[in-house]
Amino acid sequence: MSMHNGDGKMRVITYRDAIREALLEEMKRDNTVFLLGEDIGRCWEGAFKVTKGLAEEFGDERVRDTPISESAIIGTAVGAAITGMKPIAEIMFGDLTTLAMDQIANQAAKIHYMFGAQAKVPLVIRTPFGGGVNIAAHHSQSLEAWFMHIPGLLVAVPSTAYDAKGLLKTAIQGSNPIIFCEHKLLYPTEGPVPEEDYTIPLGIADIKNEGEDLTIVATMFMVHKALNAARMLKKEGLGIEVVDPRTLVPLDKKTIIDSVKKTGRLVIAAEDCKTAGVTAEIAAMVAEEAIDYLDAPIRRVAEPDTPIPFSPPLEKYVIPDERRIIKTIREII
Amino acid sequence: MEKGKIIELYRKMLEIRLFEEKVFELYGQNIVPGTIHLYIGEEAIAAGVCSNLRKDDYIVSTHRGHGHCIAKGARLDMTMAEILGKKTGYCRGKGGSMHIADFSVGMLGATAVVGAGIPIATGAGLSIKLRGTDQVVACFFGDGAANQGTFHEGINLAAVWKLPVVFICENNLYAMGTCQSQVMLIKDIAERATAYGIPGVSVNGNDAIAVYETAEKAIKHARHGNGPSLIECKTYRHKGHSRFDPATYRPKEEVEEWLKKDPIQNLKRQLLEKGYLLNAGMAQIEREVNDIIEKAAQFAIDSPYPPPEEALENVYA
Repeated sequence: MSMHNGDGKMRVITYRDAIREALLEEMKRDNTVFLLGEDIGRCWEGAFKVTKGLAEEFGDERVRDTPISESAIIGTAVGAAITGMKPIAEIMFGDLTTLAMDQIANQAAKIHYMFGAQAKVPLVIRTPFGGGVNIAAHHSQSLEAWFMHIPGLLVAVPSTAYDAKGLLKTAIQGSNPIIFCEHKLLYPTEGPVPEEDYTIPLGIADIKNEGEDLTIVATMFMVHKALNAARMLKKEGLGIEVVDPRTLVPLDKKTIIDSVKKTGRLVIAAEDCKTAGVTAEIAAMVAEEAIDYLDAPIRRVAEPDTPIPFSPPLEKYVIPDERRIIKTIREII
Repeated sequence: MEKGKIIELYRKMLEIRLFEEKVFELYGQNIVPGTIHLYIGEEAIAAGVCSNLRKDDYIVSTHRGHGHCIAKGARLDMTMAEILGKKTGYCRGKGGSMHIADFSVGMLGATAVVGAGIPIATGAGLSIKLRGTDQVVACFFGDGAANQGTFHEGINLAAVWKLPVVFICENNLYAMGTCQSQVMLIKDIAERATAYGIPGVSVNGNDAIAVYETAEKAIKHARHGNGPSLIECKTYRHKGHSRFDPATYRPKEEVEEWLKKDPIQNLKRQLLEKGYLLNAGMAQIEREVNDIIEKAAQFAIDSPYPPPEEALENVYA
């Protein structure tokens, strides 16, 4: 919690409420900020209830229900962003960003560069990724790495209520398109959040647990599984350092490399597919920039390269858990 | 339409025509990198629509966008420099022919993805509504774009939210080499407006005055808060789709017929008939336009390329 400035009171709130507070505070602070998305308004208040109460507070003009038209949601947000507004678009499930991919990858990401910096695209795209709730292949993917591959996009992956609020406020105040990845299983999780105003800069990793023997770089829900694994291994006297990058673009290489220098061992855990995924990029970065500090091969914990299956035992099998993290740690320690 | 306005319209169309001919000439000299999509034959549309717009109004353009830039008031020299990939171009050489923008005159950019500009125009319209100004957006796209999902999504949303956007479909009958009848059963794309509950009208896109007057109505309609319209302008590109495409997929008789309907010759005839301009006046305008285009081309040719390392700049704001 090192980024919290001041001595203000903390209270425990959910990840969902932390995101809502960030939206509410920024909409109050800046009247160019507005929300658009499917079922985010007063009738439904968001598929995950993140926008609860916001339409009542700010009206239907600033909390806009849209048709089921993802391409138009993002395209419209892009058009508004380049003409003086600060849209925050919600895509109900991360899987559905695929329907808006041209607007995200070819338009939002490239306008600033392609037009020679004439325009900025201050656009936040909020969307939940991740599995674990038995809704199968069209509503459970983790596509964060797709967006890491598009220069011009920023990618945030908050794992706690505190990080979610602070990063979202920074994202809204920023000047670039950002994919703000949320995780369905994190919405009800609770954590301490200051009562006072605060932001968290992008590109600053957070060491969620200190340790001397091995570094786990983990993202989103995997951070919590990594912390559980660290607690279990602590009983055996092993010190596991859990590093949460918090944003994948920009990536805080220094904090990751410093941790690897200290521990000499690296496991990377993320919920997306292994091939060309989040873990692949971080492994490649460490191999390229810090291989001399490693005392053992880098190991990755990720999903196998399959769609997310429906049936509970099948889904459980593909989504990595604490047991797999510990097994992987034991391979190199 | 008053005399002065028609002469202005003619001059603008001639600017676009001679500019494009210059681009074609430079392309033949291997000075223009990549590809080009010329607007020759369609000048009446950009000029007719944009003559109704204020400087603070917006347009959204396409891969065939040089004419839109010029009609909205972008500088010819910076447009040409961008087409040549020079540092002095509108996008400092990062965009090129298919991605020119001039935000200082409300030209929000050309997108080379067919149909992608439609929801962006809707978004600019939403921005106008939320900011409470009386600006208007004109969104240009072709017949090919009318078959994209973004056409449906973007126009429907603009209609539902009653946004000040005028959608201008430049129907030149061919999406690359695919003719309209191969990919839609209707003849008039304007009919699709009915599906969104907005006005839709087809107009002779080679008749500058008809385009001007049709756009005038739709723009007033939008500016007064009455929502979007769809205008289909029937037209024809004189050249192929891109570069040296000989366009052999188009029947010879069809091409000849359309060449007779040249929008510039069309307006020139009307000006002479009405006695608004004499041959001497015409020649004078042509000389002036030729002169600024030569200067623009020379500026572009003389300009330096951007230093290579600028490729790494401006990925993020």
